[in-house]
Amino acid sequence: MAEPNGTRAGQDAPVSMTAARLFDLRTVLALLYGVYGIVLLIVGLVSTDQADIDKAGGWNINLWSGLVMIVVAALFALWVRLRPLKHAAVEGTAGDTAGPPGH
Amino acid sequence: MTTILAQAQTDLRLDATVLDYLLVAFYFLLVLGIGYAARRSVSSSLDFLLSGRSMPAWVTGLAFISANLGALELIGMVANGAQYGIPTVHYYWIGAIPAMVFLALVMMPFYYGSKARSVPEFLYKRFNRTTQRVQAVIFALSSVLIAGVNLFSLGLLLEALLGWSLAVAIPVAAVIVLAYITLGGLSAAIYSEVLQFFVILALLIPMTIAGLNRVGGWDGLTQAVAGGPGGPEELSSWPGTTLTEIENPVWSVIGIVFGLGFVLSFGYWTTNFAEVQRALSAKSMSAAKRTPLIGAYPKALIPLVIIIPGMIAAVLVPQLQTLKAGGQTDVTYNNALSLLMKEVLPNGILGVAIAGLLAAFMAGMAANISSFNTVFTYDIWQDWVKPGKPDRYYLQVGRWITVIGCVLAIATAFIASGSGNIMDYLQSLFSFFNAPLFAIFILGLFWRRMTGTSAWIGLLAGTAAAVIVNILTTTGVLSLSSQAGSFVGASAAFIVGVLVAMGVSLVSTPKPASELTGLVWSLTTKEERVHSAEGDDAGWYRSPPVLAVGVLVLTAILYIIFW
Repeated sequence: MAEPNGTRAGQDAPVSMTAARLFDLRTVLALLYGVYGIVLLIVGLVSTDQADIDKAGGWNINLWSGLVMIVVAALFALWVRLRPLKHAAVEGTAGDTAGPPGH
Repeated sequence: MTTILAQAQTDLRLDATVLDYLLVAFYFLLVLGIGYAARRSVSSSLDFLLSGRSMPAWVTGLAFISANLGALELIGMVANGAQYGIPTVHYYWIGAIPAMVFLALVMMPFYYGSKARSVPEFLYKRFNRTTQRVQAVIFALSSVLIAGVNLFSLGLLLEALLGWSLAVAIPVAAVIVLAYITLGGLSAAIYSEVLQFFVILALLIPMTIAGLNRVGGWDGLTQAVAGGPGGPEELSSWPGTTLTEIENPVWSVIGIVFGLGFVLSFGYWTTNFAEVQRALSAKSMSAAKRTPLIGAYPKALIPLVIIIPGMIAAVLVPQLQTLKAGGQTDVTYNNALSLLMKEVLPNGILGVAIAGLLAAFMAGMAANISSFNTVFTYDIWQDWVKPGKPDRYYLQVGRWITVIGCVLAIATAFIASGSGNIMDYLQSLFSFFNAPLFAIFILGLFWRRMTGTSAWIGLLAGTAAAVIVNILTTTGVLSLSSQAGSFVGASAAFIVGVLVAMGVSLVSTPKPASELTGLVWSLTTKEERVHSAEGDDAGWYRSPPVLAVGVLVLTAILYIIFW
């Protein structure tokens, strides 16, 4: 149902070339949160002094933000695995099959 | 907005380290990567300007809300939180949610169903060429100018927080936006808006938790606010007299409900092409209807991590305490967000926060540029200046006008840095166009007798009414607060727009009914308005009415909690 008819422009575009099919935004989100999460986790573990902890009101903000981001990244990765992007002529784009992400 | 970030006697500079910069750089690497990857998917002008109408609903829904969650909005709303407290929620709840539900359920069947590629093109289908052209030119102009204002504010922020000079910051930011949009078109803009949404959350949520810890939790915050200069009024949303600057509580509530909740909010959410475009890029009618609804859930919840931090900043930051108590200080409420970041975020998470703020600025500009290039290419170039060329030609036009739009935005940004007040004025001037546009939309949708000529005359008359009210308020002829003035101006624009359009319609010839099928409520069968509920659109949780009821209930519950 991707391509409605009746528009002058774009009619000649093959449906399989549309953007959502080529790379999966969920993977990019997993990558972003994964890298940020790991970096923050390491910062939280190795270079947090008392001043940093006091600044955030008594908790290790880098450590915990890092952990939560890693969990969210894992959920996105799991979502990609469970509902992979369907390719080419198959109708429907991945992502939509599982509703909005849980947050 | 223009004077705020620049004054820097108070040290606003964030102590960013190499680590923070690396986290920022990683974000931009991803965004440019998206632009590059999306490039392969662009083979027609529709791919470039409307993502080939292929996006899943959760992506368009988050992009829909992200395009609105620009940095100016973020900074301004944290500032409002610091200044007014809880009443600020009206901008997010009554000032947004009903209009988003209305857009999804009532207007989307006509927008998406008509296969119009832009709001001006919809105006052509329902009315005539003149209306399309008037709206296209106004929209194109205002988009470029607002993109320039965004860019200028970003420059100020980079200068104040990181010590970059305006001459470097403005072109660098513009070139990054330009690169990913010219490569990947709307797909790249939408994908980076979704990324931006998640980076912003990674800024706001930890900052809120850290801030609450510092002030002794929610109880500590409410005690401090109630005992502060604002008093307990800042803890309840109604009647919001401080926010509206209307002393009489009854008129204040009327101002919020009709001025903000109806005229301003419906005008913005249902006719602003930068928003509507995200829904038009969805892959089916059902996904298009779900776009504003999926966006409405984060819209309802996000004030919890925007307004509460604002209130925390007012309690925690000494300069803001002074400001609230009426003392002399060199900071303004618009500094609240960056002052709180500086106060509670250590290095590491600070880098993520800076990335989020920069991302929000660029996404705001990208939303303006990516809707500008669509309106220019289709409504001004293809339908007016040079019709009848092959699609490949219009794809090239789309790419080139993106470049030109960015150059114009840079120029605007530098003009703004010379004379800030002119930009503020222009921005408020362009906001006047929403209310009369909504007036002719709603009239045209429900009244088949409305004519093409009446549409553009009504549009211009309504705008003139708003401008006159604005001049009367600023010159002091009408003694209204600036907030009440904008409510009255928008209402006047709406009423004059409707009345003039009705009057002119009665003396001019309407379009024949056969041309209005699918564009006017009474001439559209129920079958044409419903969406499919099969395949990817199946399931009760994807039903637009269910989602709509859900978000209205959520908003009602939030209002009860923060009554």
